[in-house]
This record gives sequence, C-alpha cells and structure tokens, in this order.
Amino acid sequence: MIEGARWKKWLWFYLPMALFILGLLFPFYWMLVTTLKPDGELYRPWNHPLYSPFWTSAPTLDHIKNLLQDTLFNTWMLNTMLIAFAATLISLFCGVIAGYALARLQFRWAGLLGTAIFVTYLVPQTLLFIPLAEIIRDYNIGDTPWALILTYPTFLIPFCTWLMMGYFKTIPKELEECARIDGATRWQAMLLIILPIALPGILSAGIFAFTLSWNEFIYALVFLSSPEQKTVPVGVTSELIRGDVFYWGSLMAGALIGSIPVAIVYSFFVEHYVAGMTGSVKG
Amino acid sequence: MAHVLLKDLNKKFDGTHAVKNVNLEIRDREFVVLVGPSGCGKTTTLRMVAGLEEITSGEISIDGKVVNDLAPMDRDIAMVFQNYALYPHMSVYDNMAFGLRMRKFDKPEIERRVKQAAEVLGIQPLLERRPRQLSGGQRQRVALGRAIVRNPRVFLFDEPLSNLDAALRVQMRVELKRLHDRLETTAIYVTHDQVEAMTLGDRVVVMKDGVVQQVGDPLELYNRPANKFVAGFIGSPAMNFATVTMGDGNGRITAKNAGLEIEIPGAQAERLRAHLGRQLMLGIRPEDLHVARAGDPTGLTFNSRVEVIEKLGSEILLDVRVGEDSMVAAVDPATQAKVQEQLRLAVNPERLHFFDARTEAAI
Repeated sequence: MIEGARWKKWLWFYLPMALFILGLLFPFYWMLVTTLKPDGELYRPWNHPLYSPFWTSAPTLDHIKNLLQDTLFNTWMLNTMLIAFAATLISLFCGVIAGYALARLQFRWAGLLGTAIFVTYLVPQTLLFIPLAEIIRDYNIGDTPWALILTYPTFLIPFCTWLMMGYFKTIPKELEECARIDGATRWQAMLLIILPIALPGILSAGIFAFTLSWNEFIYALVFLSSPEQKTVPVGVTSELIRGDVFYWGSLMAGALIGSIPVAIVYSFFVEHYVAGMTGSVKG
Repeated sequence: MAHVLLKDLNKKFDGTHAVKNVNLEIRDREFVVLVGPSGCGKTTTLRMVAGLEEITSGEISIDGKVVNDLAPMDRDIAMVFQNYALYPHMSVYDNMAFGLRMRKFDKPEIERRVKQAAEVLGIQPLLERRPRQLSGGQRQRVALGRAIVRNPRVFLFDEPLSNLDAALRVQMRVELKRLHDRLETTAIYVTHDQVEAMTLGDRVVVMKDGVVQQVGDPLELYNRPANKFVAGFIGSPAMNFATVTMGDGNGRITAKNAGLEIEIPGAQAERLRAHLGRQLMLGIRPEDLHVARAGDPTGLTFNSRVEVIEKLGSEILLDVRVGEDSMVAAVDPATQAKVQEQLRLAVNPERLHFFDARTEAAI
C-alpha cells in the first residue's frame, strides 16, 4: 500500500514537476551555454562530427568581455534601471491612490471607472505607440529617458490600480472606520493603517511593474534612437544583430546578465509577493 | 458623560429605507441596547451616531449639540466592532495608544492611561503582542481597552460578543456590565441576541424593518410587550400564539378556538369586552403554562397532545399540539410525560396577552 503510494507520488508529482522545472530553466541553461561557447563551436553545422549543442568543451568569457567592452551594455543597464525604477515609482504612487479611491470611496461611477481603467490596460501597445510617438515629438522628449518614464505608466498605472484595488478590498473597512473614530483623518487612516497592512500588495504590484518596464521592448525601440540612450532589450538586439549577422554569444550574455536584476528583485521579495497574491490579512 | 438624542432619524440607501423616523433619548450614563433581527436597521442607526454613515434626514445630538455634520473623530465617541478591528501591524500597546497619539496626548499620559486600562481588563502581560497572537477573548478585551483609554463621552458597541463562543460570551457579558457600572459612561449597544439585550440594557430598544417597535426596561418589554413582534422576540423559548374568537359564555368573556376555551378573569375581561365576537391573537409564554392540578379552575385548562419532550434539567420543554396550534410549555422538571400522551395544561390567568389580529398591537 505504502509502496504503491510512493510509486504514485513519483509518477504524478515528482516527474511532472521535474519536467516543468526543466522546461522553465532550459532557456537559462541555453543562454549560459551559448554565452560560454567559443565561436568555433557555436557556428558548427549540425552534421559536423563534433556538433554539441548542449554543452561546451572549451568554455570562454570572450563574449562577455565583448559585450562589456565593445558595446554600451553598462550604460544600457543603467538606463534600464533608472527608467524601470522611475516608471515603477510613478505608477505605484498613482496606482495605490487610485486603487484606494476605487475600493473605498463610495462615489457614483466607481464601479464603471474601475472597469474602464482595466479596459485601457487591454489596448495593445502596438497600437498605442503611434499616437504616443506624436505626443513625445510634440513635447520634445524623444530619445531621452523621459520618453519611457512617462509612457510606461500608461500601461503600468491601470495594472497597479487594478491590483491594488483588489488588495484594498480584502482589508476590512472597519479598521479604517475605527481609526477615524480614534481621531485620524481619512489621509491619516490611509497612511498609518491601510498602507502598512497593504504592504505585501504594494510590493507585488511594484515587482510586477518593475519587471514589465524592465522587459518592455516596443516603446523603447520606437522612442529611443541613439545607442547611449537605449535600454537592455533594445540595445542588445539592435547593436548585436548587424544586418543578418547574429552575435549569438554576446546576445545571450546580454540576455543572461540583463535578467539578473529582475531575478534578484524577485528572490528578495518572494515571501511578500506570495502573500500579496493570496491577499491574506491576518487580523 | 453624555446625553444622546435621536430625532426623526432616517436613512435611505439606494431604494431601501433602512431606518424610519427613529426618535430616541439616551440619558446620561445609561446603557441602551438596540435589538432586532438582522436587517432591522439597528447597526445603521449606530453607525449614524458614530458618524460612519450619513444621515438622510433627522438630527443626532450629543449633549445638546447637533453632530450631524461632525466627522467621527470630532464626536468624542469610541466604538467596538464585531470583528474587533484591531490594527494587525501594531502591538496591543500601540493599538490602545493610537487614539491618544492621534489626539496629541503626551507620552507619559498615554502610558499611564494604557497601563490603567490594561489593568482594568487584565491584559497587562499582552501589551507587547500582536493581535494575531491573541485568542478571541483577548482580542475582545484589547478592543474594549482601546475604547476606554480615550475616556469618550459615548461608547458604541456593534455586536461585540457575537464572534465569541458561548461560554466566553456569557463571561464577557458579565464583564461588560461590570465595566459599564464602573466607568459610568453612556453606552449604545447593538445586538441580535435578546438575552444579551435583556441582561445588559438599562433600557432596550426593539427594532424591526427600520422602525422602533418598543422602548422600555427589560422587564417592561417582557411583561407588557407593545405588539406581537416584541412579544415573540423577547423571551426564550418564544411566546406561543393562537388565533381565538372572543365570545360571551354565561356572562363571562371567553377566548375560544378549536383546541381551547379559556374564561378570562375579572380585570382583563373588562378590557376585552369591546372585542366580543372578533378574532384576536392570544399570546401565552411557555413559562406561564403548567400541567393542570386538582385545584385549577376548569375555565383555565385545556387538553393537549405531547409531541416532543426536551429535558433541559432545570425545566422540561413540552412541544404540544392544542387543536390546530403548536405550543411550547415550560413545565416542572419532575413532570412525568410521554410522547403522544394527552395532557391537561393550565394557564396563569394574569399573564395572558392579546393582540389585534390585523395590526398586531397589544390590547
């Protein structure tokens, strides 16, 4: 009986999970192995007797050196970080306040407005960049970080608002009412009582917003043109693909290093993040 | 110390009229309980006093000052919520100190008051803990402590005991009563539990569908209910009702239906004479019924068939059928009764209640 149970657990739990993890981690392994392969191995045709796509026999750091020395990768990293950070802060600030208002203040069109905000999130960026490009030209902020810092919130604010609205709704409104009877103004009740309790939600909204802006591609591609202004996704793809030549080793090195900050942010806040998603307030 | 006056108070939500023309005077230091089934408007009334709900029309004044447009913080009240509403990210001490800090009390004074309240409630060892580390009863005490440190003019309680288990509820009820006697602050208490209402209230306000049905001290409600609703709501087990026709038998007024015929004695008969020939609702409390003894006048007894026997120890509840009506009789625990047995019951003639069949008002 117990033997059977163990066997079943392997088949239905460990095995699928192993496959799942393998599937998730394989791209990272591929990036790593491609980064470390010398060009000779990288461009070997598939029918070559020494063809080895999944490992390398002569690892090298040349591609990384290339990436860091011959391209503006460090500048791109700094740009991306600055832009993602600023856009996240703006969006979180607006999202928290708007989410609070939609969840708590009983005004006439609250429900409709909430839905409307969500609908704006559904407008595809591939459509929205056309009118936005015109606005950016009119305000003369093309090819500056501001072009992205001010446009990313167009999709981040609806996202944060929606997420925060849901989170605020899980916090009992009596807490706030009690604070107001205790002598707090509406603002004080929000700042001193509701926001500290909503911290897990705010953190997860922040992580999401940060990741979305870190990985954003279309706006960055359209609104920035000079190499020293670019973000990592655009910089790597535009500077390391020249015509039809793909510098795979450096491309993968850029992708790998570019994903490190996001991974750090996630692992740092993972506990809060999970609490934020499950929306639990223990009173 | 405060005197609270509700005048023609109304509250309408979209489409529903939750509170209708409530007039109520709550005297200084009085403990008033609003009681009624859920949705009767009692909590809405309380929230209007707290300032958490806008008033559609009417007036609320505390100590003669109209507070309709005052923010909750400016009304000098404290409220204890059903789910306690403790701030989960603060320690017990900070929870209790929050209101004082908001009101800019200085530190030594805050500490003195919190310590004092903690002592009164016996929660000194818990001051450093977080709310989630407390049991239900302890949370309840902290919520009370948070209310009393501020020394407010009025305490508001919104079903504070309904999240506790039965034993703890009885214990906290006694403590609340003791606390009120000690603090001598005006208190308004909302509950759906009539036992809580009867034991805690100096006066009890029974509400139904947004309308005040009766205001009075607990015994007044029990002995002289103003209508059938109050009569049925107050008292446990609930009052028995039977439709009867008032008749004239040998010069005496009788209340008669398929299962019983009761001769109404002297004083009450005079009042009922005007209703001769009409149908009325007869109300008899279970505790006013007993198994007929040899000396009971036949005009006050009737036959019943026992259907269910509930032995509670201190008394026995008999669910009986009388003609077409079901009734409950609370009888002496020594009574020997069997299911399906015919049993003759007698009624206490002084304690008969009559209600108009249409308006349900007491006669």
